[in-house]
Amino acid sequence: MQKPRILKALSLLAAFALTLVLLAACSGGNNDPEGNGAGTNGAQSAGGDGAKGSGGGAKSGGGAGGKTEQVTVKFANFSGSGDPAPLLEQMRETFEAQNPDVKVEIETIGFGDYFTQMQTRVASGTAPDAYELNYENFVSYAKKGVLLDLQPMFEAAGFDKSVLYEQALDAFQADGVQYGMPASFSNVVLIYNKDLFDQAQTSYPTIEWTWKEMNEAAVSIRALGDDIFGISQGVQFFEFFKAAQQNGGSLLNEDQTAFTINTPENVETLQYMVDRIQKSNVMPTEAQMSGIGDWDLFKAGRLGMILTGVWAFPDFVQNVEFPWDIAVEPGNVQKATHFFSNGLVINKDSKVAEAAYRWIAFMSASKEAAQIRVDGNWELPAVTYPDVLEAYLAITPPDNRQAVFDSLEYLVTPPVIEQFAEMNDTLTLHLAAAAQGAKTPQQALDDAQQELTAKIKLE
Amino acid sequence: MTGTMKWSKRLTIFLFLLPSCAGLLVFSIIPIFYSFVISLTDWNGLNAWDAAAGVPAFRGMGNYAEILSGAEFWRVLRNTFYYIVLYIPLILIFSIAAAVLLNNAFRGMGVYRVLFFIPVLTSWVAGSLIWKWLLSAEYGPVNELLSFVGIQGPAWLQDPTWAMPGIVMASIWKDMGFFSLIMLGGLQGINPNYYEAAQIDGASFWRRFTAITLPLLSPVLFFVMIICVINSFQLFPQVMIMTTDAGPFGATQAMVERIYKYAFKYYKMGYASSFSWILFVIIFVFTVVQFRLQKKWVHYDG
Repeated sequence: MQKPRILKALSLLAAFALTLVLLAACSGGNNDPEGNGAGTNGAQSAGGDGAKGSGGGAKSGGGAGGKTEQVTVKFANFSGSGDPAPLLEQMRETFEAQNPDVKVEIETIGFGDYFTQMQTRVASGTAPDAYELNYENFVSYAKKGVLLDLQPMFEAAGFDKSVLYEQALDAFQADGVQYGMPASFSNVVLIYNKDLFDQAQTSYPTIEWTWKEMNEAAVSIRALGDDIFGISQGVQFFEFFKAAQQNGGSLLNEDQTAFTINTPENVETLQYMVDRIQKSNVMPTEAQMSGIGDWDLFKAGRLGMILTGVWAFPDFVQNVEFPWDIAVEPGNVQKATHFFSNGLVINKDSKVAEAAYRWIAFMSASKEAAQIRVDGNWELPAVTYPDVLEAYLAITPPDNRQAVFDSLEYLVTPPVIEQFAEMNDTLTLHLAAAAQGAKTPQQALDDAQQELTAKIKLE
Repeated sequence: MTGTMKWSKRLTIFLFLLPSCAGLLVFSIIPIFYSFVISLTDWNGLNAWDAAAGVPAFRGMGNYAEILSGAEFWRVLRNTFYYIVLYIPLILIFSIAAAVLLNNAFRGMGVYRVLFFIPVLTSWVAGSLIWKWLLSAEYGPVNELLSFVGIQGPAWLQDPTWAMPGIVMASIWKDMGFFSLIMLGGLQGINPNYYEAAQIDGASFWRRFTAITLPLLSPVLFFVMIICVINSFQLFPQVMIMTTDAGPFGATQAMVERIYKYAFKYYKMGYASSFSWILFVIIFVFTVVQFRLQKKWVHYDG
């Protein structure tokens, strides 16, 4: 009789133990805010353990403020993953030296997982104090009211807006409210292969060029060989929205209340883009590309001109063996150029908003951070400091680096609407149908107009 | 003792079950019901719920109506059926053939079985990237092979008609090992006496296959069919990786791909949840129909 009772007691004990383990595992995340912070500090926090470590994040950062003078700012980003990681670390060190009362905890997440993670964390109230957003997602976040209005911060700190490019700063407004600061930006320029221009006995692109000259050059380069192409420009949302403006068109009416996708100007624009593929074939079809990218085509010396961003420079400097240079992108009735920018924002519920602001202002607008970017060839800072820009211009190739700044005079920004990503994908789908010749440009844009009007809410 | 278990024993049982039940409850059952609630709202997946402020707004069956009345849903459904029509017959044929081959007693058969199973263990990401290259129009080995027999291969993944067959090829390569292993199990469960008797009667290989192997394998075939149909409706990683952004103007858009995009890219969690419930209903209906039909062709004796 003795034995079974002991066994019973034992099994009850075992069950309790199991349950306790479970409970302990569940609450583990919140037990040590202090130790947590020290453990994951620094650039190594990229990847899994960094993410877990700050699960109970935003709150513990605020709590630490009472104990010591130092506050901890949690900062999440994606563009510091890979090569730029040491540069971001360098920025952090410089910032902390200048601001001894602030400790920045950097968490770097790969682009692929970044937005799913941020979405979950914002929804559950555990978003980091400051974080990075690309333009598409910035609009969605800003319109949903989860970001902090930076204007009061600007005023309190006496921030001089003129150190930043106006268009780059304005891009991070929604409904007239400044919700973000540009971390970096990259604009799109015309990059060309000098060798192919020489072989085709065509003169190099200049700032005076329009679609006409660009097309003529493309045709003569295409004539050089069966597998040599004149130009490559994606037939997708960003390129189309910009080209439409070059042709005097636009995607939305002036007060942004209705789509104007299938206007004659826009149809003409798409016709021009499609003809280059289907008719003159100066631009390769999807089949001719057969899965390789246009950068590779350019690097292989088989492409005369490519419209792409300045983020191609590090790659081209390293891997292009022929002489190449850049020019401001040609327009048609007017010039229009486009840029991509990643913004820095502050979580609306952050308890250390002031310190978080100092950190993003440092990353965005300080001379030190800009210099680190330029020296490390990490995109382009959105700043106007002449000596920093001087240093940027001094780097060759390309010789005509000035074109990067000349392009800024013609910047246009995409429409700021809440369902930006959805609009982008939907329009791209229809543009691709036209690019492949499955639909006429008129038909494709009519369909796009109809679908966008049905799906996208415009206020 | 019947019905009146001691409280301590009940407690023990309860506590032992608790760890796994808690996981099931927290990570499956609650989210399932929660997703249904979300599907009735316009929640964007970012804002905290605040009933007083009307966030998110209640839409009733609005999301469902919107999905079912839009062209996109039907296009995606058509894509999925295109996939199923190609995938199911091919995977059945290939995995039975592989199973019959692997059922022989050759020397080193273990090695062959492992070889067939390797794709199953490969991650979809790696597999998709390999297939992307295999199917490249100009540099891909598949078109290279076709050119030997004088066929100019299509630009597989860039062509709206051929993108889905390209995806199907990759899926068959990936899944064949798994299903042939299951079929192999079925084959080895067939009593060899039947084959002996048939051989004595002078039945041909084909006759033995259709009169003995297929009927006796039918329970396994049934299981494989069910799994295949469910998997087909859940088509996702190969589409995301092989055809970036769901292919030439949406030719490879699939249900799960849409759900993912709506939930995490377009910030329409309510809409995405409705989409998943519609997907659930479709899979449920197909499975019930298959169970009904099994009486006509599945033999549970042998």
